[in-house]
Amino acid sequence: MGGILVFGEIGQNGLQSITSELLAAARGLSAGSGDEVTVALLGSGADAASQDAIARGADKVYSVQDPLLEDPQADAQLGAFEAVCIEVKPSVALFGRTPVGRDLGPRLAFRHGVGVAQDCIEMTTDSATGRVVATRPVYGGNALAKVTFPGDGMQVLVVRPKAVEPLGADSSRTGEVVTFNPGLDPSIVRARLVQTVRQESEGVRLEDAVVVVGGGRGIGGAEAFEMLHELARILGGAVGASRAVCDAGWIDHSYQVGLTGKTITPDIYITVGISGASQHMAGCAASKNIVAINRDADANIFKAASFGVVGDWKNVMPSFIETVRELVNS
Amino acid sequence: MGIKIVVCVKQVMDPETPASAFKVDSDTNKVIPAQGIPPVVNGFDENAVEAALRLKDSTEVDKITVISVGNNFVMDVMKKPLSMGADELILVQDESVSELDAFATATTLAKAIEKVGEYDLILCGRQASDWDQAHVPLGLAELLGLPSITLAQKVDVADGMISIQRSLTDGYEVVESQLPAVITVSNELGEPRYPNLRGIMQASRKTPTIWSAADLGLDAESLSPRLTLTELFIPVSDKRVEIIEGEDEADAGRKLALRLREEKLI
Repeated sequence: MGGILVFGEIGQNGLQSITSELLAAARGLSAGSGDEVTVALLGSGADAASQDAIARGADKVYSVQDPLLEDPQADAQLGAFEAVCIEVKPSVALFGRTPVGRDLGPRLAFRHGVGVAQDCIEMTTDSATGRVVATRPVYGGNALAKVTFPGDGMQVLVVRPKAVEPLGADSSRTGEVVTFNPGLDPSIVRARLVQTVRQESEGVRLEDAVVVVGGGRGIGGAEAFEMLHELARILGGAVGASRAVCDAGWIDHSYQVGLTGKTITPDIYITVGISGASQHMAGCAASKNIVAINRDADANIFKAASFGVVGDWKNVMPSFIETVRELVNS
Repeated sequence: MGIKIVVCVKQVMDPETPASAFKVDSDTNKVIPAQGIPPVVNGFDENAVEAALRLKDSTEVDKITVISVGNNFVMDVMKKPLSMGADELILVQDESVSELDAFATATTLAKAIEKVGEYDLILCGRQASDWDQAHVPLGLAELLGLPSITLAQKVDVADGMISIQRSLTDGYEVVESQLPAVITVSNELGEPRYPNLRGIMQASRKTPTIWSAADLGLDAESLSPRLTLTELFIPVSDKRVEIIEGEDEADAGRKLALRLREEKLI
């Protein structure tokens, strides 16, 4: 038994960023052990993405082909990955905490009666035991836990997106591509995806925005978001919101930033009336600079902010927006 | 004949506990409960109870059974799903059920649900606000050999089939399965209802069924952890905020913009 097996994800533009991140994490873990890094790529996009996966750190690519994989069904993807696991017998299986990976990682672990660490942000190898030690935020990000895997079974890790920096593509790297047919039985697909509905957001995508303007419970109602949209427009940014505000119906859930919403990584995150509960901070902690406008000087947001104003947003924001507009236009 | 629903819930530390009251005992790697702040039913689990009650409002539901696994239950807290409208509460109360390890929890819940016997639908919250793992429902599905669908924002049941709107960050998926199935519910479903006086009175007259691990035929071996905690700590931040002050709040707003320009942030 040995090696690290990555669950690869392919999008319209080839290898997904999360897969490059997992390959970088796998290379980090294999640096000490010398373990081989294998990635499983499923379905028709696999062959086209294989060389990219090798350039990003894979030693071996399993191009998994089966008629059932033409449709993105989670149950079929799990069956396919499980078949690769039986072939490769990895000591470590890595998934991204994506809509697919977050479910398949735990399901694989439970099927094999082994442990799984969810939402990992850092992974190292214990030199004494050779087992992986993973760091993961718990209690909504209030604390960090280090966890490890007793025994000698497979270790399954689900890694938080953007937690690991991907390696630059090195086209001189070489690796092996293996075409693999898992021979899936159609009866394994029991929960069937029948439709995907995408809500197109206007302007800049929140996850990609360099500037984000966020509103929380402190702004008092749906109307105040117009002002936040205006500031975002001036700065070419996007608007975000805390979960409480989305649950209250002031703005759609697609604006939610946090542990269970979107993860943002802007250069500047301007928060208005956001208290900075750890569940929210979990989605914006990677912002390069946080600016806080809040009435409560003791609010948690000021602990994470670089710049802040303690005051009522109704008094602070009009002059702030006006000055920003003048500066940006000058 | 209507359907029978099992809802799995967990008692957790109130996630609204202020960060200043959040303390960790580094010797035992445990969170020290904040003084004077009672625990709550995990928020997403209340969303799951709400999903069950909405099905009861719109389709034929025979019974909603709420199950929880843990220790040191606060009865007034755990009765909340009953006061919202659930029919029955089963508490598997045992020290041997480790708080951290999802494997043991899912194993225990699976045994409890098998002991309940008849069920068509198992609803859980998408994750618990303490360990944020989102493992137990998926484990439960695997252990019971059932299909699983996560992150439901809408749940419809008809003719032995379930249809779920699965919440994505930029939209949703429609996923269908035959019953029985395990479904996890997300906050996008909408706010859980508040218990009314009649519900509270009814809940106060109900006595929860209490089972031990031994009642479920569970021994130490079957509850051995697959994941162990080696360290629990509060991350330290060396961040220092620069508070911008002005003659009044409007002036502070203007100065903030100038300061951000100075730092080339805007």
